[in-house]
Amino acid sequence: MSLSTLTKPWEAMSYGFLDGSAKRELRRKILKSVAVPGCQMPYASREVPMARGWGTGGLQVSLTLVNPQTRVKVIDQGADDSVNAASIRRFIARVAGTPTTMDTLEADLIQSRHRIPEEILREDQVLVLQVPNPEPLRSVQPNMSIARQMHADADYGRMWLQLYEQIVRSGRVMQGASYPSLVHGRHVMTPSPIPRWDVPKLHMAKHLTILSAGREKRIFAVPPYTRVEPLVFSDVPYKIEEHGALTCTRSGTKGFFMNEIPQDDGSSAFEVSDSEWGVKTIRANDREAETRGETWYKDGEMPQ
Amino acid sequence: MTLMLEAPRIVETRPLLDVKGVSKSYGHVQAVRNVSAHAHPGEVIGIVGESGSGKSTLLRMMNLEEIPDEGSYTLDLPDVSGNLFKLDRFARRMLCATKIGIVYQNPHLGLLMKHSSSGNVAERLLVAGERSFATLRQAATDALNASEFPLDRLDAPPIELSGGMQQRVQLAKAIALEPALLLLDEPTTGLDVSVQALVLDTLKRLQQDRQITMVIVSHDLGVIRTLADRVMVMRRGEVVETGLADQIFQDPQHPYTQQLVHAKL
Amino acid sequence: MTQVLEIQGLTKGFSLHHLGTEIGAFEDISFNVAAGEFVLLKGANGAGKSTLLRTLYRSYLPLSGEIRFHSSHGLIDLACAADVDIAHLRRTEIGFVTQFLTARPRVSAEAIVAEPLRLAGWDSDAALNKARRALETFGVKPDLWAAYPTTFSGGEQQKVNLARALILPQKLLMLDEPTASLDVNARGALVARLQELKDQGTAMIGVFHHPDDVMHLIDRVVDLTPEHTEIEEREDVAL
Repeated sequence: MSLSTLTKPWEAMSYGFLDGSAKRELRRKILKSVAVPGCQMPYASREVPMARGWGTGGLQVSLTLVNPQTRVKVIDQGADDSVNAASIRRFIARVAGTPTTMDTLEADLIQSRHRIPEEILREDQVLVLQVPNPEPLRSVQPNMSIARQMHADADYGRMWLQLYEQIVRSGRVMQGASYPSLVHGRHVMTPSPIPRWDVPKLHMAKHLTILSAGREKRIFAVPPYTRVEPLVFSDVPYKIEEHGALTCTRSGTKGFFMNEIPQDDGSSAFEVSDSEWGVKTIRANDREAETRGETWYKDGEMPQ
Repeated sequence: MTLMLEAPRIVETRPLLDVKGVSKSYGHVQAVRNVSAHAHPGEVIGIVGESGSGKSTLLRMMNLEEIPDEGSYTLDLPDVSGNLFKLDRFARRMLCATKIGIVYQNPHLGLLMKHSSSGNVAERLLVAGERSFATLRQAATDALNASEFPLDRLDAPPIELSGGMQQRVQLAKAIALEPALLLLDEPTTGLDVSVQALVLDTLKRLQQDRQITMVIVSHDLGVIRTLADRVMVMRRGEVVETGLADQIFQDPQHPYTQQLVHAKL
Repeated sequence: MTQVLEIQGLTKGFSLHHLGTEIGAFEDISFNVAAGEFVLLKGANGAGKSTLLRTLYRSYLPLSGEIRFHSSHGLIDLACAADVDIAHLRRTEIGFVTQFLTARPRVSAEAIVAEPLRLAGWDSDAALNKARRALETFGVKPDLWAAYPTTFSGGEQQKVNLARALILPQKLLMLDEPTASLDVNARGALVARLQELKDQGTAMIGVFHHPDDVMHLIDRVVDLTPEHTEIEEREDVAL
C-alpha cells in the first residue's frame, strides 16, 4: 500500500471546478431550500472565475448539479447566444464535460437570467435562476436581521403596504420584474427579475426551480407542484405585460413575451424574447421540422 | 388620614385592563416599581408624573413593547387569556395589531413619514389580513374621518403635514381596527395650544362615540383633567396616589400630588 | 318618608403638606335627606357649605364619617365607595350643578346638554331632541343651539350649564349657587325645573347666596356654623 494507491493522481482542477466540500455544502443547502419552499438559505458562495453579479450564484448551483451526461442550456434575457450565456455555457462544458443544447425540450438543466423559457418544463428538468437581490423585504426593511424576523413571523404587512402605495400614487401596481410572490402559502420570495409574464409559470410547475444569489450568498427554491402566488389585492387582479397581441418581426410568432426594438422613425418593432422559440418557429415556417413543445401561454393567455 | 376605599360593589364588570405588580429595572435604575393599574370598559385612565417617573415605561408595557422583570398583564377580551407578558413575539404582534391602538408623542415612532396617510392607516388592516383594496381604502377613509382629518389630504405623506394632522393620522391608525384599548403617550405635547385643544376634543368625541377604554400618559395636567375619569400619579417609578380625576385635582392627598397640582395653578 | 341620604359624623379637613398645616372644614356633621326633600345649607362664609357638597359628591375625600346613599343598587357609603362606583353613580344617580360651564371647543350647546343622556345610553336623536327642549325652557334662543358655548356670555353659558346638569332626573342633586349670574326668566325656569324634579322625588342639597330665589322649595335648613349644627325645622314652608 502506498500513497499513490490511496489517492487520486494530481489533476489541474476538481470535476466541475468547485471542490468536493463546496459542492457538498451547496447540495445540503439546496435540499434545505427544497424542504422549506421560498425560504432563503445562506451559503458560502465560493469564488468562480467570473465577477460577482454576473451569475456566479446560478453557476455554482449548475456546477454542483451537473454530471457528464447532464445536457445544459444557458440563457440570458431569453437568449442563448448572448455573450454572457455563451461564456457560462462554454465554461460549464469545459470544466464538467457536459453536452450543451439550446433546445429547451432537450435540456436537463437550464441556467437562466431574467427569463423562464416559453415551453413548458417537465418533471425531469431543473431551472436555475440567477438572483441579484434575494430579499423581497429589502425595500421595506433595510435591516436584514429584522427582515429575517419578519419572514419568520410571516409579517408581510409592509410588503402589502408597498403595493397599496403604488396603487394610490400611480393607479396601478408599478412592480415590473421581481414581483413578490408567496410560496406555498408561507414565505414571500422575489422570483429574481423575471417579468410578471413569467411568474405564473412557477405556480404548480412540474419542474424544480432553484434560485441562487452569489453576491448575497442566499439560495432558495420552488419545488415541483408548489403554489407560487403573486401578492395581489383580491379586487385588483394581477396583470402581466400586454404582450399577448404582439407579433415577432423576425419569426412571426405571436402571443409571447417580446423584446422591444426602437426604430429610427420612433416606432417600435418586437422580437420574441425566447430566442430559441423564435428559431424553432422560423424552422417550422420553413417546413424544416416541427420541434416546438407545448407552451405555457396559448394565444397570449395563460390557461387557468 | 382619609378613609380606606372599598372594593367596587356596584360596577361588577371585570376590569378590561389589569396590570398587577410590574417592576422594571434598567441596570441600576429602577424605572417602575411594583405598579398596578386597572381600567374598566369605557374608562379613561390618566397617568401623570414628571419625566422619569416611569409613566411612559408603564404605557409601553401595556403596548407590550417593553416586558417587565416581574408582574402580570391581562386584557379581559374574547380570545385573549393569560399573562400577556408571557406571549411570544408572534402572538404579541397580532394582539397589538388587533386589540390595542397607540398614539405616540413623536409621530416618527408611530408613522411611516413618507408613505401616504391613508396607507399608514391601512397598514393596520393589512397586518390583520385584509386583502381587498377597496375595503382598505374605505376603512382608512372612515378612520381618518373619525379623527377629523381633512379627507382631501388622504394620500399626503405625514412628512408634509402639520404636527396636529400627524397626530390625527396616528389616531386614525390606532382606531382603524376598533381596538378595545387605546394608549396615548403625551398625544398633544409639542403642539400649539389651539391645535392641542382640537386634538383633545377629537379624543373626547371618539371616547364618547365609541366607548373605547383609554390610558393616557401626560405631564400636562390640563390634558388629563379634560379626558380622564380616574388618575394615577407616578413619581420615581411608583404610584403615589390614585383617585377620581376631580378629586385628584381638587383634593390631592399626597405631598407630591399637591405640589404638582399647585404648580399648575 | 324614603331616605336617600344619611350623613353620619362627617368630618373634612385639608392637610397642606408644603405648609405643614391642617385646615379644618367641618366636623361631625349628621343629617338625613329624604326623597323629594330640599335641604338648604346655611352658614357663614367659610363654614364649609361648598366643601360639604363636594365631599358628598366625593370631589373631596372625607376624613371620617359615613355618607350612606340609598342607590338603586342598594345602600352604599359614598365616603369610602370605590372610585369606579362613584363614577358610575355620577353618571346615573347623583348630579352636581355648579355655576360654571366647562365648555369645550367645537362642541355645540345642544351636544353639551345632550351629553349626560348619551352617557346614560340614550340614542343620539332622542337625546338631541330632549336637549333642545331643555335649552328652550331655560330661554336659550334656537339660533344658539348649534353654536359653540365657548363664545357665549356668562349668563348664556350658565343657562346651557343648567340645562345640561338638570336634564337627567337624578336621585340626588347637589346645587352649588346655581342662580348666580342668571337673569329673572332663567331663574324662573330653574326654579320650575327644580320643582319638577322635586316632585319626581329627587333629593336636593343646595347652597344659595340668595335663598329667596328658591324659598318655596326649601323643606329644611342645615346650619353649618360651628356650635350651631342642629337642624332647624321650617314651619313657614308646607311639606
